[in-house]
Amino acid sequence: MPVCESDDTEHFADIKVYDMASNGELTASGYIKHHLQNLTFGNHPENGWSIAHSAQEASEMGFMAIHLDSMFWSIALGVLFLLVFGAAASRVTSGNPGKFQNFIEWVVDFIDDNVRGSFSGKNDLIAPLALTLFVWILLMNLMDLVPVDWIPEAAKLIGIEYMKVVPTTDPNITFAMALSVFVLMIFFNIKNKGVGGFVGELTLQPFGKWMIPVNFFLEMIGLLAKPLSHSLRLFGNLYAGEMIFILIALLYGSGIVLAVLGGVLQWAWAVFHVLIVLLQAFIFMVLTIVYMDMAHHKH
Amino acid sequence: MNINLTLIGQTITFIIFVWFCMKFIWPPIMNALNERRKTISDGLAAAEEGQRERERGRSDADELIEQAKSQAQEIIAKAEKRGSEVVAEAKTEARVEGERILTAARGEIDMEANRAKEELRLQVAQLALSGAEQILAKEIDQKSHEQMLSELAERL
Repeated sequence: MPVCESDDTEHFADIKVYDMASNGELTASGYIKHHLQNLTFGNHPENGWSIAHSAQEASEMGFMAIHLDSMFWSIALGVLFLLVFGAAASRVTSGNPGKFQNFIEWVVDFIDDNVRGSFSGKNDLIAPLALTLFVWILLMNLMDLVPVDWIPEAAKLIGIEYMKVVPTTDPNITFAMALSVFVLMIFFNIKNKGVGGFVGELTLQPFGKWMIPVNFFLEMIGLLAKPLSHSLRLFGNLYAGEMIFILIALLYGSGIVLAVLGGVLQWAWAVFHVLIVLLQAFIFMVLTIVYMDMAHHKH
Repeated sequence: MNINLTLIGQTITFIIFVWFCMKFIWPPIMNALNERRKTISDGLAAAEEGQRERERGRSDADELIEQAKSQAQEIIAKAEKRGSEVVAEAKTEARVEGERILTAARGEIDMEANRAKEELRLQVAQLALSGAEQILAKEIDQKSHEQMLSELAERL
């Protein structure tokens, strides 16, 4: 019973924070927490399949939950990418290109240059993979430049409590892409080098065959660090950027002077963030190409 | 911040998007780019070839003109030579013809002169005969002297 009681009070406290948020007189930490909470739909031990009304509920759902906002924006932006590029691809001409086609070709050419520069194998998957990753991640990152309250407030108007609009600030999203790339990397490693070749690469270097356990340990760390660093780099940069936007947004409620300062800061950070947004999308793509290249070459 | 089904959802989405891009977006755009690249490089090559062709044509034409000039020069020289030859030939021929005509005329003159001499001789003989006839009309029988007179005429 006491356990249940404490649970209830915590639950109650959370609802209170949320209520305060809707009344507009919330604490700074409540505001930040609210902004960092995904709209989660999942199997709650008590409520069954439902939408979580608090961070507490969301974490109680464990693995059997899905972030509706992350998935929605991720899919929407991915579809946007496919529609725009698909439209260009469907009426592409080898003759004189229009402005739109020219722009799309510029992007495709940019990706192609990068793939040619870093990837020396022959694989028709790599370039489309790089293009998809770059444009998709770029679009998701760009959501960070939308002022942090616009979309969540609009969502609140139609009754949605939580709305996190930058999918790349959700580790699920970045890990999913990094792990997919990781699986592809292992698949191509085995396909191109055979199981023996791949295992050999993991065990016979850097110290030769008498140090197999040490080699394996070192190589395993290197191997597992790849998807981890791959996804955490993107997630960390975007999460931090988002956090700073949220912190700046806090200034708006603290008097006219700080609000003006906040406006200036937000603009400045947005300008700087454009660089991060582009750079992180680019780095994610280049690392993917490099990992794929490593999977196609013995070294 | 929780790791949950979103991971799976995003993975599936990712696979579908990459597949779509690989199937319907990358190949047509890349094909168009390569095609245009090829068209441009072909065009450039053709232009270069055209340039070379023109250069070659020009040098050919120059050569032809040069050749024609030298040929013309040659023909003129030949013609001049032939002309002078013709003139020289004509001169020689004319001289020969002239000489021939002269010779023939001389022969004719000689013949004419001979004939005139003959005629003159005959006339003189007749004149002499008639004179002698008149002188000797009465006393000399025509018949008996005729023999002598013709002998005389032959000797003249």
